[in-house]
Amino acid sequence: MIGVAAPAGSLTSLCQRVFGVRRLTCGILGLLAFAALWELGTMLLGLNPATRTFVTFGPIPTFKSVPFLWQTDRIQDAVVASGYRIGMGMLLAVIFGVPIGILMGLSKRFRELSNSGFQFLRMISPLSWMPLAVIMYPDWNQAIIFLIAIAAVWPVIFATAAGLAKVDPNWFKVARNLGANPVHMISLVILPAIAFDVFTGIRLALGVAWIVLVPAELLGVTSGLGYAIRDARDTLSYNHLTVMVLVIGIIGWFLDGICVALITRYSWRHRVAG
Amino acid sequence: MAKRGVRIRIQGLTHRYSARSALTFERVEVEAQAGEALAIIGRSGCGKSTLLHIVAGLLRPTHGSVRLDDTLVEGPSPRWVMMFQAPHLFPWMQVAQNVGIGLRFAHRPKDEIRRRVADAIRLVELQEFADANVQDLSGGQQQRVALARSLVMEPELLLLDEPFSALDAFTRAALQRDVRSIVKRLGINMVIVTHDIDEAVLMSERALIMAGRPGKIFHDIPIDLNGPRERQDPAVQDMRARLMKAFEEATRLQPGDSDDEAPVRTGAESRPGNIAKTVVATGNLGPTRA
Ligand SMILES: Nc1ncnc2c1ncn2[C@@H]1O[C@H](COP(=O)(O)OP(=O)(O)OP(=O)(O)O)[C@@H](O)[C@H]1O
Ligand SMILES: [Mg+2]
Repeated sequence: MIGVAAPAGSLTSLCQRVFGVRRLTCGILGLLAFAALWELGTMLLGLNPATRTFVTFGPIPTFKSVPFLWQTDRIQDAVVASGYRIGMGMLLAVIFGVPIGILMGLSKRFRELSNSGFQFLRMISPLSWMPLAVIMYPDWNQAIIFLIAIAAVWPVIFATAAGLAKVDPNWFKVARNLGANPVHMISLVILPAIAFDVFTGIRLALGVAWIVLVPAELLGVTSGLGYAIRDARDTLSYNHLTVMVLVIGIIGWFLDGICVALITRYSWRHRVAG
Repeated sequence: MAKRGVRIRIQGLTHRYSARSALTFERVEVEAQAGEALAIIGRSGCGKSTLLHIVAGLLRPTHGSVRLDDTLVEGPSPRWVMMFQAPHLFPWMQVAQNVGIGLRFAHRPKDEIRRRVADAIRLVELQEFADANVQDLSGGQQQRVALARSLVMEPELLLLDEPFSALDAFTRAALQRDVRSIVKRLGINMVIVTHDIDEAVLMSERALIMAGRPGKIFHDIPIDLNGPRERQDPAVQDMRARLMKAFEEATRLQPGDSDDEAPVRTGAESRPGNIAKTVVATGNLGPTRA
């Protein structure tokens, strides 16, 4: 490379282009390989007479049924219903989780009092709250939101508290010295300092919430992605089932991407090494 | 940014960190005129930072009071601002935002903040770095940002706690000169804590020598040098030697400072066998000691 006379700017942009194209190519190749494995699996199902009825699981019947499901609004309805539950559950998890996490990070007393209880509650599988949720909330929608919130709140709490534990106490001293009141301390010092950790916690929480959502929707409700999967199974339309599974994967991947973007946006630590 | 300093009155200041711990310092009395620059010199652990934190209102004293003009210091205020040993900048903010943070705390209007921040940044000569990420600055530049962050508040009193001790010799010398000239130009008061005697001579009009456990102010030495202060200047060298002598005398009178034997306050109180200390304490203040 040393002998190349091209200006540095065009060289780096070239590298970036090549690299970018390579990443895109890799991504497409990976997806194609995945589809091939999927098709292969379906063919194996077709070879066995006992499982032959399941060949509509395959990629081709699946993609063929997408336009129908889209035109009849089934995908959109399921996404909206599930999205609402995920959104409300995550909102509750953040509304409760961030202040509790900050309190844990700031107050040693509160941390000591709450830690063992929280660790205990955290280890309870979210779905085991299901019977309780059903008793507490006559409305299934609310019960599912409760389940998502209780699954998602722990990563938010612990990530927030861990973020605060790493905050330099001198920042508080500097802020106090310059006349910060408690509201400034939270909005201009604590929150920007721990935003990275909070979003990392939200990312973990979203993963958990997304996992809890589908089994929760398999029961009771008549809308959402989980319901759509159960409905497809009951009507033996396996190609619809796989469409919904793909939709779950794509949306989860997309939401995770948003979290990663937020984490990158609010991360100031990555520069420290330099 | 024209502003005058304040008259400082510290009376009967005594501090202990908790009911069980020993006194950090005892009955400290300091008076200073408006616009005066004081240096506090003393060994590590004699309570200089504690004293400065109390003057800044960041710590409540056990006894005594600090008055600036007629205001009793009971907490932090934009009128008296402290600058710490390390810059402690907020890494999620750019240089200009860091400099303006105190004005945001004070709810100043946006355009006023912009104007005053630009002035302060010009004062510390960091114009080209206004939009830089603070983590990309050198240690000296970061400390300049911290200085601008303090000066933008237009304080009447600037408190400096060993502000340059983490910097290399060249940067330190440059900042010592700059801070003194800025402080003089603004006419504000300064109290600088240091254990560098040169720094005291180069930057202040009076040096207070603190020593002992609990700490006390042993000497209050005027540094009456005219004109710009250069390290090689014979007058500066003389002053330095005088301070050094006073410093050694103060610390020798307080053996608790240099080792952990029982404090020897007067010759009469000293124990037998502690001859060297007794001699020193009874007034033999010779320049050398074995
Ligand atoms: N937060 C604290 N709690 C209890 N004791 C403290 C605290 N801060 C300081 N001390 C004690 O008070 C004494 C004075 O400390 P201080 O930091 O004021 O000394 P200093 O003169 O500034 O020293 P240095 O030159 O090393 O900065 C020391 O013995 C120290 O151990
Ligand atoms: Mg100190």
